[in-house]
Amino acid sequence: MVSAAVALLVVATFVPLGYVTWSMASLGPGSVYELLARPRVGELLVNTVGLVVVTVPLCLLLGVGAAWLVERTDLPGRSVWRPLFVAPLAVPAFINSYAWVSVIPTLHGFWAGVLVATMSYFPFAYVPVAATLRRLDPAIEESARALGSSPRVAFWRIVLPQLRLAILGGGLLIGVHLLAEYGAFAMLRFSTFTTAIFEQFQATFNGAAGSTLAGVLVLLCLVLIVGETAARGNARYARIGSGAQCASKPHHLGAMAIPANLALAALAVLALGVPVWTIVRWLWIGGTQAWTSSDVLTSTVQTVVLAASAAALTTLLAFPFAWVAVRYSGFFARFVEGSNFVTSSMPGIVTALALVTVAIRYLPPLYQTVFLVLAAYVLMFLPRAMVNLRSGLAQVPPGLEEASRSLGVSPTWTFLRVTLRLTAPAAAAGASLVFVAVATELTATLLLAPTGTNTLAMRFWSLSSELDYADAAPYAFLLVALSVPVTVVLFKQSTKAAAL
Amino acid sequence: MRFPWSRLARFLSVLSVAALVVGLVSCSSDSEKSDALLIYNAQHESLTKEWIDAFTKETGIKVEYRQGGDTELGNQLIAEGASSPADVFLTENSPAMAAVEKAGLFADVDAATIAQVPAQYRPATNKWTGVAARTTVFAYNKNKLTEAQLPKSIMELEQPEWKGRWGAPPVKPDFQAIVAAMLQLTGEPATAQWLAGMKTGAEIFSDNIATLRAVNDGQVSGGVIYHYYWFRDQAETKEISANTALHYFKNEDPGAFVSISGGGILNSSKKKDQAQKFLTFITSKAGQEVLENGTSFEYPVASGVPANKALVPLDQLEAPAVNPSDLDSQKVTDLMTKAGLL
Repeated sequence: MVSAAVALLVVATFVPLGYVTWSMASLGPGSVYELLARPRVGELLVNTVGLVVVTVPLCLLLGVGAAWLVERTDLPGRSVWRPLFVAPLAVPAFINSYAWVSVIPTLHGFWAGVLVATMSYFPFAYVPVAATLRRLDPAIEESARALGSSPRVAFWRIVLPQLRLAILGGGLLIGVHLLAEYGAFAMLRFSTFTTAIFEQFQATFNGAAGSTLAGVLVLLCLVLIVGETAARGNARYARIGSGAQCASKPHHLGAMAIPANLALAALAVLALGVPVWTIVRWLWIGGTQAWTSSDVLTSTVQTVVLAASAAALTTLLAFPFAWVAVRYSGFFARFVEGSNFVTSSMPGIVTALALVTVAIRYLPPLYQTVFLVLAAYVLMFLPRAMVNLRSGLAQVPPGLEEASRSLGVSPTWTFLRVTLRLTAPAAAAGASLVFVAVATELTATLLLAPTGTNTLAMRFWSLSSELDYADAAPYAFLLVALSVPVTVVLFKQSTKAAAL
Repeated sequence: MRFPWSRLARFLSVLSVAALVVGLVSCSSDSEKSDALLIYNAQHESLTKEWIDAFTKETGIKVEYRQGGDTELGNQLIAEGASSPADVFLTENSPAMAAVEKAGLFADVDAATIAQVPAQYRPATNKWTGVAARTTVFAYNKNKLTEAQLPKSIMELEQPEWKGRWGAPPVKPDFQAIVAAMLQLTGEPATAQWLAGMKTGAEIFSDNIATLRAVNDGQVSGGVIYHYYWFRDQAETKEISANTALHYFKNEDPGAFVSISGGGILNSSKKKDQAQKFLTFITSKAGQEVLENGTSFEYPVASGVPANKALVPLDQLEAPAVNPSDLDSQKVTDLMTKAGLL
């Protein structure tokens, strides 16, 4: 039964990819060529690829640099910086754009996109790199130093290669976010494939030009994923040998501590100071009046209910996936695991377009219902629940379940009383990640929300696109506030030595 | 002490299961209680809300709406076909109305409504009706352009001397309606050429408000928008229009195009009577006075209600004669996609 459920879900994860393939096929090569071979597509390609090529290395540079300063040096004030560079994760990118645009109204185009994206996404590199640096066995680095390498050479030849997985994983995450982001770039008047697909949607609903662009976007995503997998290689990163590893000795910065602290302060101001200051300023200008609209309460309730439902459903559905991934090996298990990572890296706009089209044609009763939008969330965010659940499930000793079974308890009851209880913390962590992802989701929600649903992100978007910054501020504040607790959880997890 | 993860987890799971139940129950009850009229609304939310409130107060009929853009909702209706949940479709411009009409999805509008709307503000087919109007204007920065330097025709903007000096929001159905009128008045080659000139020469903005703001800030000297954005801001803070003035092209220029906002009733509606009542209401004196006295600054078109006193009267705009039912949104989208504007 579990495998049937898994098989069904795997099929569902291929709906977005299938939609893109099917719509290309039904258009025929002639019209696809006509829609693709035009200057606009070239322009979008340059913009989108350029954005990824410039922003990802910038984020990695900032993430690795900040992580190294905070984790491996004697920089004064490290404990202050440590949580500050995780905190930008609580500010959705489109709120960051809103902040920057209201500080500098003329900000637009490529470099504006790079700036806002870098400030929003460098923590995706910082968090895993900092966690890896903290756990790194200093013995190898010390050997290199003892054999005559300078500190600089030791960093390039010993430390950096060991960060490879963290850097690649962070880079992939940043790349996927860059490809999928709509709101942040639309507000900066910077066109990428995602913003262009959205504009086509506004002009034609589910028209041919939009789905062709979606095809290119999907291709770009697949290039990123394959590239990352290829670059991982087969090297081994785990420490072998017995005994506890010794604590690493922090590098002495000396006089460099002042410029280092200044650089980190500048980064914190740009990434965190600008959005916080803007939101506070607009809240102040808007006063209590901006809060009195009954819409604030309604959309808060709607957002929380929607996000909680999606989190519960996603975690529930992640169980069979995680189960197969942990307890079985072989092609099917790897395939199952891989398939939903591919779907979740599909931009929300593609998943949403696919679901709208499929529902209108084949499942009219589901059309414009909350089920459809929940289905999109599940497809998009399943891995967030699964990654946590998988590690939680892996820590459940099968012996305990076997003991329970041998004492005459039924399999279902054993699952409920033993397995479920032991995986509860992991499930809660996964569910809270999904909760925040859904609460701040904009693109798919705009396309799929049932009539009458107006989430915080939707309200924020419609107010800020009318440049009504003061009335948008309460929604920005609430969106950030909803994300803060989970960011704290993430930070706690990343500072635990064995976590991630 | 360790953080009580398991207790938190239990709490969260109970909470989320409860939320799931509440969510599912509330949404299924939503679909059951759908005795309310459903409008696919591409008009400004604030204006439609005013109409709905007044209508519900008078008739007791409940109304819900789904918000979107003209062509988005129009194409959505076409994709949904006969199974559409919508009863009424309201737009800001005519092309989306024409597209839905061409797909054969509208029911005939009641004679009571038709009688209230003069012939020039509705299509001859009576498949839908005009409910409001707006005019194209060229908003310009008074510090950057003198009256003598203003373009005589919107067609001049494709010329090299305007390169980088004007802006517009091509992704908006508003602007696409202006292009549709241009297409009908000047033909395909001239429109395609104009759009190509726009692609190289114009600054692209996301909407009318952003365009007006850029004109006000001097990023561009002028912009093609609809009139009421300017009047609304003038009536409020003047934050995005203090340095600007409006230029009306007049002279039956494509740039003097008056766009008719439409209202129609879906053939698939199961509440046609109530839907007809709604359309009759918004074109009645009471409904049109919302336009005259409210904050929308759009033009009334029916029941003899005059425009807001701040506006230049409709009959002085020298607008070109355009057949609203023949405005071709599909063709416009194709041309703009070809020009690389979409």
